[in-house]
Amino acid sequence: MATAQEIATATVLETPAASAGHQIVAFAVMVLLLVLAPFLVYPLFLMKALCFGLFACAFGLLIGYVGLLSFGHAVFLGSAGYISAHAAKVWGWPPELAILAGTAVAGALGVVIGALAIRSKGIYFANITLAFAQMVYFFCLQAPFTHGEDGIQAVPRGTFLGVFDLRHTLTMYFVVLAIFLAGFLVIYRVIHSPFGQVLKAIRENEPRAISLGYAAERYKLLAFVLSGTLAGLAGGTKAIVFQLASLTDVHWTMSGEVVLMTLLGGLGTVFGPVVGAFIMITLEHYLAQLGAWVTIVQGLIFVVCVLTFRRGVVGELAQLIGKPL
Amino acid sequence: MSTVFGVPTQALFGQLLIGLINGSFYAMLSLGLSVIFGLLNIINFAHGAQYMMGAFAAYFLLQWSGLGYWWALLVAPIVVGLFGIVLERTMLKRLYHLDHLYGLLLTFGFALVIQGMFRHQFGSSGLPYAIPAELAGGQNLGFMFLPNYRAWVIVASLGFCLGTWYVIERTKLGSYLRAATENPALVQAFGVNVPRMVTLTYGFGVALAGVAGVLAAPIYQVNPLMGADLLIVVFAVVVIGGMGSIMGSIVTGFALGVVEGLTKFFYPEASNTVIFVIMAVVLLVRPTGLFGREK
Repeated sequence: MATAQEIATATVLETPAASAGHQIVAFAVMVLLLVLAPFLVYPLFLMKALCFGLFACAFGLLIGYVGLLSFGHAVFLGSAGYISAHAAKVWGWPPELAILAGTAVAGALGVVIGALAIRSKGIYFANITLAFAQMVYFFCLQAPFTHGEDGIQAVPRGTFLGVFDLRHTLTMYFVVLAIFLAGFLVIYRVIHSPFGQVLKAIRENEPRAISLGYAAERYKLLAFVLSGTLAGLAGGTKAIVFQLASLTDVHWTMSGEVVLMTLLGGLGTVFGPVVGAFIMITLEHYLAQLGAWVTIVQGLIFVVCVLTFRRGVVGELAQLIGKPL
Repeated sequence: MSTVFGVPTQALFGQLLIGLINGSFYAMLSLGLSVIFGLLNIINFAHGAQYMMGAFAAYFLLQWSGLGYWWALLVAPIVVGLFGIVLERTMLKRLYHLDHLYGLLLTFGFALVIQGMFRHQFGSSGLPYAIPAELAGGQNLGFMFLPNYRAWVIVASLGFCLGTWYVIERTKLGSYLRAATENPALVQAFGVNVPRMVTLTYGFGVALAGVAGVLAAPIYQVNPLMGADLLIVVFAVVVIGGMGSIMGSIVTGFALGVVEGLTKFFYPEASNTVIFVIMAVVLLVRPTGLFGREK
């Protein structure tokens, strides 16, 4: 079981009591930056980064705190996007219900895929989640309601809770920010709850956790479902923001991208995935005109991160100040 | 024209042949993955890119030096294999003391870089590669028309697969390899140079992908992304067969190619997903795969 230990050594040891203070400061700084950001930066770009940030956080919960590498997380992002877009456009649901519908479907998919995959470990787990994701991809390619290569376009943004008109970009931004922060806090709470401590125990030494009476598979499954559900929340929100659900979000390259974001930000850190997502989205934004270069640069970052920079940006930072972030 | 279940047999055999061809590639690629996985415990995510490099190597050999198909079949795997050896010596080697997942991530990064560079240089459309003159034409078998080149691909792939199986399961060299899979420290203590064996094994697995690429060049076009999506299917094949099992990957590779071909004939809508459905069922019944053992 090298899995758990290696990821653990990449993170800083933490005790719940010691971590609280400066993490609250870091959180406050993040919130402040994100509240000010839309007045300085193009809001649509920020919303994209926030959606991917939440997606990466959901993924990071699984790899960083349970030690499971899912290589099929695009499934949750993409299928939730399709359901939300379909609900908002065809059924005319308000955005909050559409997003919830997408999130619920992602959670249900998490139960099915998780139940099948959770018995395997390490590389096997990565391989199996990847294959299931590809299966869902082909389903989305062929199912009539997804409109194949075209995707679901011109999804109406609607009025959030009947009050906030989402056609205004800034209103949309603050709704997305609220959803992101809610998801982030859920993950933070989970990590620092007794449940999260059990997950870490399983990551460190699964046989021992089992011998102590914890039903490891049930804990892992619950974490997987939670991670999938939150990834679905990100996907549903993304579909409403961009008024589009497409095959890109279900394709396995998206699963690779979220791995990269989390790895770059720092495995086993709370803030790492958000930072990683912002860096990657910025890079993609500037490299978009260069076509294939996006892939090349992504690949190079992967190689460099794996070879020399395994703690990631936030992980290095945490090491520097000697406290977990 | 004769029929089976009310459908023309000619079309059925046509799909069976396509299934066997696809199966040949599934078998060769999953075999390479299995060989690598067995000793290195790494899922070689760059396998699809290395398969593509094999096809491109054949294309370059023809364009630049006029060396034809048969030379390519010899030279391309060596070139791609050497590339693999360099990759293993310079980078993969540094990750053995870490979690195996890092190996997967590194090779994934490499696949992105390689595919991105080829796409940057050659675009996404395919480059044609002619069938060698010796294998042009085909045989009329009465019930169907069999192009010579396709027959050759199936025979060659079977040959490479069984040859690999023989070397690993029946020779002294193979017994070292299997021993090192079980317990590398002990084998090293007996004076076998295990690190060198690991390097050569990786090179060999990669070379197998290169061979598959050369075989594929005349059938599919030479395309930077030809290996990317194929690899995901091959992963599913490896999961079904049981990771690390040599015979398992050969048998499941061919069998799943045929199953896919038959599905394309009887229920085309499911042809893309059938392998993944089988995988789900197999995992429910036998989590370690059909031929796999608990490790």
